[in-house]
Amino acid sequence: MKAAHGRVFKYGDNVDTDVIIPARYLNSSDPKELAAHCMEDIDKDFVQNVAKGDIIVADKNFGCGSSREHAPLAIKASGVSCVIAETFARIFYRNAINIGLPIIECPQAAAQIAAGDEVTVDFDSGMITDVTTGESFQGQAFPPFMQKIIDCEGLVNYINQKQEA
Amino acid sequence: MGMTMTQKILAAHAGLESVSAGQLIEADLDLVLGNDITSPVAIHEIEKMKVDGVFHKDKIALVMDHFVPNKDIKSAQHCKCVREFACRHEISNYFDVGEMGIEHALLPEKGLTVAGDVIIGADSHTCTYGALGAFSTGVGSTDMAAGMATGKAWFKVPSAIRFRLINKPAKWISGKDIILHIIGMIGVDGALYKSMEFVGDGISYLSMDDRFTIANMAIEAGGKNGIFPVDDKTREYMKEHSTRSFVEYEADADAQYDEEYTIDLSALKPTVSFPHLPENTKTIDEVGEIPIDQVVIGSCTNGRMEDLRIAASILKGKKVAKGLRVIVIPATQKIYLDAMEEGLLRTFIEAGAIVSTPTCGPCLGGYMGVMAEGERCVSTTNRNFVGRMGHTESEIYLASPAVAAASAVTGKISGPDEVM
Repeated sequence: MKAAHGRVFKYGDNVDTDVIIPARYLNSSDPKELAAHCMEDIDKDFVQNVAKGDIIVADKNFGCGSSREHAPLAIKASGVSCVIAETFARIFYRNAINIGLPIIECPQAAAQIAAGDEVTVDFDSGMITDVTTGESFQGQAFPPFMQKIIDCEGLVNYINQKQEA
Repeated sequence: MGMTMTQKILAAHAGLESVSAGQLIEADLDLVLGNDITSPVAIHEIEKMKVDGVFHKDKIALVMDHFVPNKDIKSAQHCKCVREFACRHEISNYFDVGEMGIEHALLPEKGLTVAGDVIIGADSHTCTYGALGAFSTGVGSTDMAAGMATGKAWFKVPSAIRFRLINKPAKWISGKDIILHIIGMIGVDGALYKSMEFVGDGISYLSMDDRFTIANMAIEAGGKNGIFPVDDKTREYMKEHSTRSFVEYEADADAQYDEEYTIDLSALKPTVSFPHLPENTKTIDEVGEIPIDQVVIGSCTNGRMEDLRIAASILKGKKVAKGLRVIVIPATQKIYLDAMEEGLLRTFIEAGAIVSTPTCGPCLGGYMGVMAEGERCVSTTNRNFVGRMGHTESEIYLASPAVAAASAVTGKISGPDEVM
């Protein structure tokens, strides 16, 4: 995926993986089942309202807490095309890249984009545009090594390509 | 430029003379860990990889601890998936009911983690082994799968914050109070992407159990890892528990740190984290009257022998407050047995607490102590996020085993001096 385009769900600081996908649902690892409870403990209406392509925008330390990969899996399976945050917790950051969920750090975008805005993200340039307000923001680029994993849409494909090479 | 302790371990495992903060490296792994929640996802991923089996059958640990003995059919299916994988690949360190314990208490006890190691685990509290002078960090299931397949992982070399712990801890001050104090000071993202390196004369007063607790909660400050220097206590612990040889690393004298904090352990007071973030700390004298419904003493943070000893010393000859549920969970089978032989289990049961088989259970709201709407728990666990232990309107107050045991007696959040 080279670009994202959708409506914004907006959250604050320290959105933890327990609210992204509560542990009571971790007896499943099926992304569809997980997506049915995504964000349930912080935003009960998220699952009903989210549409394919929508974008999550949050403040600092998004995805803190547990290492559960079920969190980015649930977000991805719910149809979200990109998560923009001021900062990400480090395990969530790794997990998102490893499973091919596009994420991007951009403090200005996190501060200025509002819930419900229509936003586009160009993953090649890292440019984030708030179509509703007309403002644009430059997201932080990934180091080339991580970009390779992203281009392979995850670590498994990246390793498989390396094995073949 | 000098290297931090963490950077030296990473450099050695990447086959490099030196590394610096921000550098991307690929490091050899000494151990790859997973549990009953994260391993099934990793197994699904490794099966998609074009690899021939696992990199080393003795360097993978699979510990069934979160939802075992299985709480429902789905978690039983998960364990079955891991059990079959372990059998198929002859994984020597597979721990199921009867042998298991909470992973981060179990692996050091089994001697599988020693100083100088690089360890990844698909569990955020994998940072615990930094207490032994190892680099260990939590990752997700796909990283675990890649680690099991290749024996390697990529890392961005972290910069570090140095915490200088000085003086002898004040009465009742444990590793838990120290780490809660630090998280209260720097916040839940205060060490984001960074190493937390602990130094100073205060460390000599801390038991290994205290150090495990401190390193365990580095993740609660956003840290990549927490790490302690190796001293006589560490060597003694490793000699008692492990047959593996270990390597001691020390930070260079001219290592660079992003920040440095000095913490006078003699000036600390028992500390409690209020809902719904570990950074919302208050000292015990600031707490006020907060009635509670449940107490949990256990977890990878505080389910070790010394934790149970201190709790039992406070509960001995006393009764838990009327209407309060008190759940004690020894972290491993060995701790359970040792606590039984020392008479601690009798103390707990006579006081009116229950004692459970090892499990992560209530810490993550799995089972064995899930809370209803409006209920409050004093817990020796590590997270007090919204809904972590049950209903989204329930509340968790994180504290040391001493505060938890004292609160069990009074039925409200209390310091040990209130009951001793």
